Amino acid sequence: MMWLTPSESEALHLSLAVATRSVVFSLPLAVILAWVLTRRRFVGRTLLDALIHLPLVLPPVVVGYVLLLLFGTRGVIGSWLQSTFGIQLIFTRSGAALATAVMSFPLMVRAMRISLENVDRGLEDAARTLGAGPFDRFATITLPLMLPGILAGAITAFSAALGEFGAVITFVSNIPGETRTLPLALYTALQSPGAEHAAARLAGLSLTLGLAGLLLSEWFARRVRRMLGR
Amino acid sequence: MLTVAVAKQRGAFALRVHFELPTPGVVALFGRSGCGKSSLVNIIAGLLAPDAGSVALDDFVLLDTDRGINVPPERRRIGYVFQDARLFPHLSVAANLRYAQKRAVGAPYVSLDAVTGLLDLASLMDRRTHQLSGGERQRVAIGRALLTQPRLLLLDEPLAALDGARREEVLPYLGTLRDQLAIPMVYVTHDFDDVLRLATHIVLMEAGSVIAQGAIGEMSLDPHLRAIIGPDEVGAIIDGIVLGIDSGTNLTKVRVGHGELYVQAMGLAAGTALRVQLLARDIIVSTQIPQHLSVRNSLAGVVTSIQGDDLDSDLVTIDIGAAQIMARITKAATRDLSLRPGMKVWALVKSVSLRGHSFAAPTPDSFKAAASAASRDA
Repeated sequence: MMWLTPSESEALHLSLAVATRSVVFSLPLAVILAWVLTRRRFVGRTLLDALIHLPLVLPPVVVGYVLLLLFGTRGVIGSWLQSTFGIQLIFTRSGAALATAVMSFPLMVRAMRISLENVDRGLEDAARTLGAGPFDRFATITLPLMLPGILAGAITAFSAALGEFGAVITFVSNIPGETRTLPLALYTALQSPGAEHAAARLAGLSLTLGLAGLLLSEWFARRVRRMLGR
Repeated sequence: MLTVAVAKQRGAFALRVHFELPTPGVVALFGRSGCGKSSLVNIIAGLLAPDAGSVALDDFVLLDTDRGINVPPERRRIGYVFQDARLFPHLSVAANLRYAQKRAVGAPYVSLDAVTGLLDLASLMDRRTHQLSGGERQRVAIGRALLTQPRLLLLDEPLAALDGARREEVLPYLGTLRDQLAIPMVYVTHDFDDVLRLATHIVLMEAGSVIAQGAIGEMSLDPHLRAIIGPDEVGAIIDGIVLGIDSGTNLTKVRVGHGELYVQAMGLAAGTALRVQLLARDIIVSTQIPQHLSVRNSLAGVVTSIQGDDLDSDLVTIDIGAAQIMARITKAATRDLSLRPGMKVWALVKSVSLRGHSFAAPTPDSFKAAASAASRDA
């Protein structure tokens, strides 16, 4: 993109890459958890629900700190990942994706739950009487009918992932080309004397992205509603 | 044979049901709203678990709580037509039908083409389900249920949400299914008109229990049914046989019991089964051969019973040979004519209601035997 400086372009690409990775990996898990929380009654359901929603109410820095404890090089999971698979999350864009995924996960699950609650269970019963087993019903009836919620959840989470700051900077630091996403680049510009113009451009870029995301989400939602005949 | 014997407690409401239906046949589960009809079909379908009991279709045990058998709905091979159709909104009509077809097991007895033809669905295939009228939705739902190649079809008030004209978009098709596919059906309704048009048997329900059951002819005279539908709707329902057209009057001659009735019906071939309803309030009783009267139709018979209906009137049951009819007359008339069981009388029929034709051959009396056996067990 010729109208962006190399560092702006780098931050933009990085943001998009991190947000995409974050959404792609958390989406299947969010669908499963939304289904479990909506349709199943079990001991510990409320606790699981609370854990998923925790990032909404915690300061992002705390989430970043907890991720450091767990996924850092000496953390329980982090050291295991390092020794078994050679995967390092700290100071990498994969780590940034993990941090944004955790932060945006509750938004994604919420949107899906609302949509799943609106799925008429009578239709699933009808599918049963037509010979569809549990997985068949889920794949052919439940999933398509909750598609509006899945799309809404994915788009909301993607937008939130683009803007995540606190958890990212705490967990993976602010490394140009690796973890310096748009908000981190904006923060860096604000900290540097004489970079007011650069900061304004980055803010404008974020604004454009956010607006595009919202419009795209509305357009998608309309198409899906039409497809479902509502 | 469909055998159902189940119990289910739901708060203060207790469902206790035992009935048997010879197959093929159409049993109407008839009763007021809230009597447990829908719970019962959900139990038969497997969507609702009873506390105890068994459901069996011929030698195929679907549920037996004593033996720990509970076949899940998706493997029961029971078609279910819901009151609200429940078509899948994200699929076209054709895709809804194929959904069922793909999941059918066993040797198919009805093809997609046959279903499309029977239910007139060809022009609807490409539509989305929200573009269908209420009657069309139900026809698609019926077709979809049939394409699973079910051994039994459950219909839970499929016409309840439809107005009069829309009902006529569906009812004739149900009659066609009954006559051409010979698929056993359990038809839940609180509308007696549906029963008249479709049922071969009635299971009468009240407050979670079966209060009477039997073939439609005998049930039409049952006092329990009278209590539900009211005295003005009571009358014999008889499956007569068309004998031919009377050349002088152009009326259709129908054999009813050992007698004959003349009715206005169009183009029915001799031999066609024609269901007639003779309302008790439309029948006049005479102790002499009727002469010099404007009423043309009369049936000779013997009084079998006289029951008080209310303060002023009696219900007189008359055996017309192989069938029974019922007349409502005033108590004063009973007294003046000195009516008593065993007396030979003539029933003058003021009007005959036609309730559909080409019914399958009348089912044997096995239902009666099964029903009495069932009530002995209960």
